[in-house]
Amino acid sequence: MVHTFYLNGYYIALDVNSGAVHVLDKLAFDLLNKFEDKLPEECPCEFVKELSEEYPEQDILDVYSELLSLQNAGQLFSEDDYERFTDMMKGAPIKSMCLHISHDCNLRCKYCFASTGDFGKGRKLMPVETGKKAIDFLLTHSGNRHNLELDFFGGEPLMNWDAVKEIVDYARSKEEEYNKKFRFTVTTNGVLLDDDSIDYINKEMKNVVLSLDGRKCVNDNMRLTINGKGSYDIFVPKFQKLVEKRLKGENKEYYARGTFTKNNLDFANDVYHIADDLGFDQLSVEPVIADASEPYAITEEDLPTIFAEYEKLAVEMIRRKKEEGGCFNFFHFMIDLDQGPCAIKRLRGCGCGNEYVSVTPDGDIYPCHQFVGNDEWKMGNLDDETLDIEMKDKFACSNIYTKEGCKDCWCKFYCSGGCNANNYSFNKDINKPVKLSCEMERKRVECAIMIKVAMADK
Amino acid sequence: MEHIKTVNNANLKESCAKGGCGECQASCQSACKTSCTVANQECENESRKGNK
Repeated sequence: MVHTFYLNGYYIALDVNSGAVHVLDKLAFDLLNKFEDKLPEECPCEFVKELSEEYPEQDILDVYSELLSLQNAGQLFSEDDYERFTDMMKGAPIKSMCLHISHDCNLRCKYCFASTGDFGKGRKLMPVETGKKAIDFLLTHSGNRHNLELDFFGGEPLMNWDAVKEIVDYARSKEEEYNKKFRFTVTTNGVLLDDDSIDYINKEMKNVVLSLDGRKCVNDNMRLTINGKGSYDIFVPKFQKLVEKRLKGENKEYYARGTFTKNNLDFANDVYHIADDLGFDQLSVEPVIADASEPYAITEEDLPTIFAEYEKLAVEMIRRKKEEGGCFNFFHFMIDLDQGPCAIKRLRGCGCGNEYVSVTPDGDIYPCHQFVGNDEWKMGNLDDETLDIEMKDKFACSNIYTKEGCKDCWCKFYCSGGCNANNYSFNKDINKPVKLSCEMERKRVECAIMIKVAMADK
Repeated sequence: MEHIKTVNNANLKESCAKGGCGECQASCQSACKTSCTVANQECENESRKGNK
């Protein structure tokens, strides 16, 4: 399978199954587009005839020879022979966890998928003992995996900060005995950050996700305090202090993570605001996940505007890289065309329910944070030591060959089938991708590849 | 090659030889929390990195 596209002046061909990316001139692009499958040894006469109205015949034959060479080198129309690896993750260790340390929040964001923090199950904080049991669960279910990921999530984790510190201490005390390395992360709205918590986060958390939406007017329209005021002025100086200190320390990773909605389809301006005005260079600004009935939900009619915005952002990032020698990092345009994840990893988008689980303040286990609160998807409980292996296997066996439409989609090795929770939320089936999300993902991947092409173009 | 330039080393096929170690990031949790782009994750397989 080959995907061709034209973007920002570049004619690009992606050989889906090998991962090869080619930049073509217009003749090569036009000729390649005439083939849906493997090239025959000789260029079909009708194609030569059709194209000879626009190009010299010898040039057409030369291009065909180049295309054939790439095909023979396994870089064009290569085979998809990865299906034999689909069962490899069945029975995989659980090595990653989202710990819902607080099902309470001090903001009331309008688009919150967690029902403003309590996931529809009442406001509560996780007891330290439950957190320690979660650590024990990871230690005993992670098999031979060395790196264990644990994200403190909510609600707002800083509302239960003493528990976070006790749980981190407990986990660290077990690392040597079990030969494990915990990688802690925290997702925070910043409202309760102070010098102590900033220093602690920067010392112990490998990554920190800072939630904000960009321009003050955009942020304060959606991210409200409990008494309905804007939150921008509360967290901005705290986030800036955290990042300033963080960059001087050992753990430098962070993301300023925003959400865009129908209300700010010009979200590139929020990206520039976060980067240029606030000074954060690690950014992730993403489309809201919301029911189509919500007034701020993104709908199909918004796609042309969103596509144009992604393209505009990509072009500006290239300009900054080339003219200014550097640019902020935009999470969804990050791509490694040479040494990214192996093909086996790419068969499934997310380890949710199989390698990754979420644990609630009550010790209930769910496939991921976005399934929490939906009883149908409860996988077990830490106290009664239950775990639904049948459900775990269901997630382990969900991949690009079981998901509707993925096998024949050029983007399958980049999104890897997308988000199971998103699929369930909209289509009531983890194996049924959400068309709207797929459309946006494909545009982002095209932009990401184009940026690589542009940067290789001296 | 005058009309076509290849910008990367196609290696998805080769990546299977030492792939599937499971040490890489398992979910969207450390950056975005609502979607998954696997291609932007890092390979954490030390033996595979050594072959680069």
